[in-house]
Amino acid sequence: MRTVGAASGFGIGRTWSSLRDVLAHREMLDLLIRRDLKSRYKDSTLGFFWSLARPLLQLAIYFVVVGQFLQAARGIPDFAVYIFAGLTAIGLFTEITVGATGSILGNSGLVKKVYVPREVFPLASVGSALFNFGIQLIVLLAATVVVLKPPLHLQLLYFFPSLALIVVFGTALGLLFSALNVYLRDVQYLVELGTMLLFWASPVVYSWQMVSTSIHSPILLGIYTANPLTLAVIGFQHAFWVAGDGAAQPDHLLLRMAIALLVGLVLLFVSHRVFLRLQGNFAQEM
Amino acid sequence: MLSVVEPPVVVRVSGVSKRFTVRKDSSIKERIVTLGRAGRRHREDFWALRDVTLDIHAGTTIGLIGHNGSGKSTLLKVIGGIIDPTTGEVSQRGRLAALLELGAGFHPDLTGRENVYLNASVLGLSREETDEKFDDIVQFSGIADFIDTQVKFYSSGMYVRLAFAVAVHTDPDILLVDEVLAVGDEAFQRKCLDKIRTFQQEGRTIIIVSHSLGQITELCDRAVLLNRGDVVYDGDPASAVAAFRDILETRRLAERSETEEPATPEGVVIETTAVVVGREPGSSVRFGDDLEITARVRSSERLEDWLCAIQVDNTMGQKVLGTDTRRLGMDLPPLHGEASVTFILKGSTFGEGKYFVNTSFMDSASRHIHDLPQAASFDAEPYARITGALRVDDAAVEVRFAADAS
Repeated sequence: MRTVGAASGFGIGRTWSSLRDVLAHREMLDLLIRRDLKSRYKDSTLGFFWSLARPLLQLAIYFVVVGQFLQAARGIPDFAVYIFAGLTAIGLFTEITVGATGSILGNSGLVKKVYVPREVFPLASVGSALFNFGIQLIVLLAATVVVLKPPLHLQLLYFFPSLALIVVFGTALGLLFSALNVYLRDVQYLVELGTMLLFWASPVVYSWQMVSTSIHSPILLGIYTANPLTLAVIGFQHAFWVAGDGAAQPDHLLLRMAIALLVGLVLLFVSHRVFLRLQGNFAQEM
Repeated sequence: MLSVVEPPVVVRVSGVSKRFTVRKDSSIKERIVTLGRAGRRHREDFWALRDVTLDIHAGTTIGLIGHNGSGKSTLLKVIGGIIDPTTGEVSQRGRLAALLELGAGFHPDLTGRENVYLNASVLGLSREETDEKFDDIVQFSGIADFIDTQVKFYSSGMYVRLAFAVAVHTDPDILLVDEVLAVGDEAFQRKCLDKIRTFQQEGRTIIIVSHSLGQITELCDRAVLLNRGDVVYDGDPASAVAAFRDILETRRLAERSETEEPATPEGVVIETTAVVVGREPGSSVRFGDDLEITARVRSSERLEDWLCAIQVDNTMGQKVLGTDTRRLGMDLPPLHGEASVTFILKGSTFGEGKYFVNTSFMDSASRHIHDLPQAASFDAEPYARITGALRVDDAAVEVRFAADAS
């Protein structure tokens, strides 16, 4: 006989057995991701185009307002590619965190009526965010081809640790906030504010070089650079923004990324623990 | 006695308690304001289940009964893993499907086909298994023409049909059923019950929560009665139902004593008796006997227009016979003080079993002035040839057989 409900016990074993539970439900995870994607633009004529409209409009606004009017583009060649690389990165993070935060409440019909490992709901949000990210990435690559600077260089490899950073931190925060949001509905509004703050706290529409020249305290600059999203955004720019080869960047970028990733994995583990602890009462709190 | 090998235990509930904390604040502001000691006052603990222990053997059909808030649905959810118990543990073997709500997780924007796959996977079926059963599911649901339509355009009947079709095709070893048998039209309900019976025959374990006590005595071979989170009775369904009726009656009396006077104080049914004419008091009714049911009524004020009604129920709470003085064409004279009304049921045709008599005292608009439920009871003698509530003469039923020439 086996114990009913979520994995019980302590230590690594609990995380491991709940992971196995999720893995056993991967077909359902797949169907949930499809459901998310299909239902989102089901009755619209343009369908998936709308998932691109937002980042493209953002790109246009930042390019004109920040780049031209505020003259941030002056020191940054191929400013459009630069912005779009950062937007793609930060957009993935925002979609993962915001989507996952609302996922448990959004699926209350299922959570209250059937047992499935509850991790699948935030994970499905991660999955559908990754799908939209994939489309944006294609547009980004097309843009680099249009400006005749396709990212055929070794630095393209920065893409992988950057993506890992975003997915790990996004998932960790998403799991944590999705569980907390069941108990306190204020969390979703806090998350929206937080992602807005993180957008401006990362060098998406300005460059890291501008920050390093205006912040003189090495501690403050250290804190700014330690933000995993800053690292991920810089990584994306390294990978796709060929015109910026040789631009100023934080030293030991790879080492910083490795440390951030390690911290992220610990955070993911802890968040999952909190999630497991809280999920036992989901059904009665909704 | 023969020693029978007990079937294995498929669900074991050991020492399960569940506490709900009711909070009166749910925003951060309120939480912070009422932090610490003051916060305690904003919380109320409520035990939905208290130290419940049950072993459920394979192949049994077990009913959970109790009034609203007795914890029966909570117990079902704990068994299904939807809610974690505060203390104690539930273990289980085999595939479990919970029919707590038909179509939980149907997405309105997806087509019937897409929802079948999604719902089947939620209930634990793999894609290949669903592929295999898809045609059966559609056929059982009877909505093949609409399977590629978005379910938001479905009528509620179609929705339930499809959901039930998916649920019963997931091939569960243990089926949890919560009131879902009460949905759909009569034909569909019969289909559901037939499916439940098939499951029983196949030796699957079924756990049912229902307010329909008739359904419980009919379907289950064991019933658990819960009252305020405690298991009060566990065993034979008929006795459990009887014990439940006692609890309901005690509560009703308690509620009435709280509200003190009955709502309309002018009249009461004092008592009701059921007597078999020409036999000892308390003896069983035999076929053809006359039964006298007498209701003594009293009114403190003068009642110009009134009537008296009786209803005979069987042990499952189903109405077997009902009548009143108006139906019988009798105009009762005005009542002031005490009087008795006697109904004589001639030539009893009650089938074997116990019967309860409810009496009502009503005004001319059929408003109940006072009811006396289960005011009297009588037994009808056992009879081997026929079952059911209606008994007929020995000579009234014969059986013939003719083989077709082959």
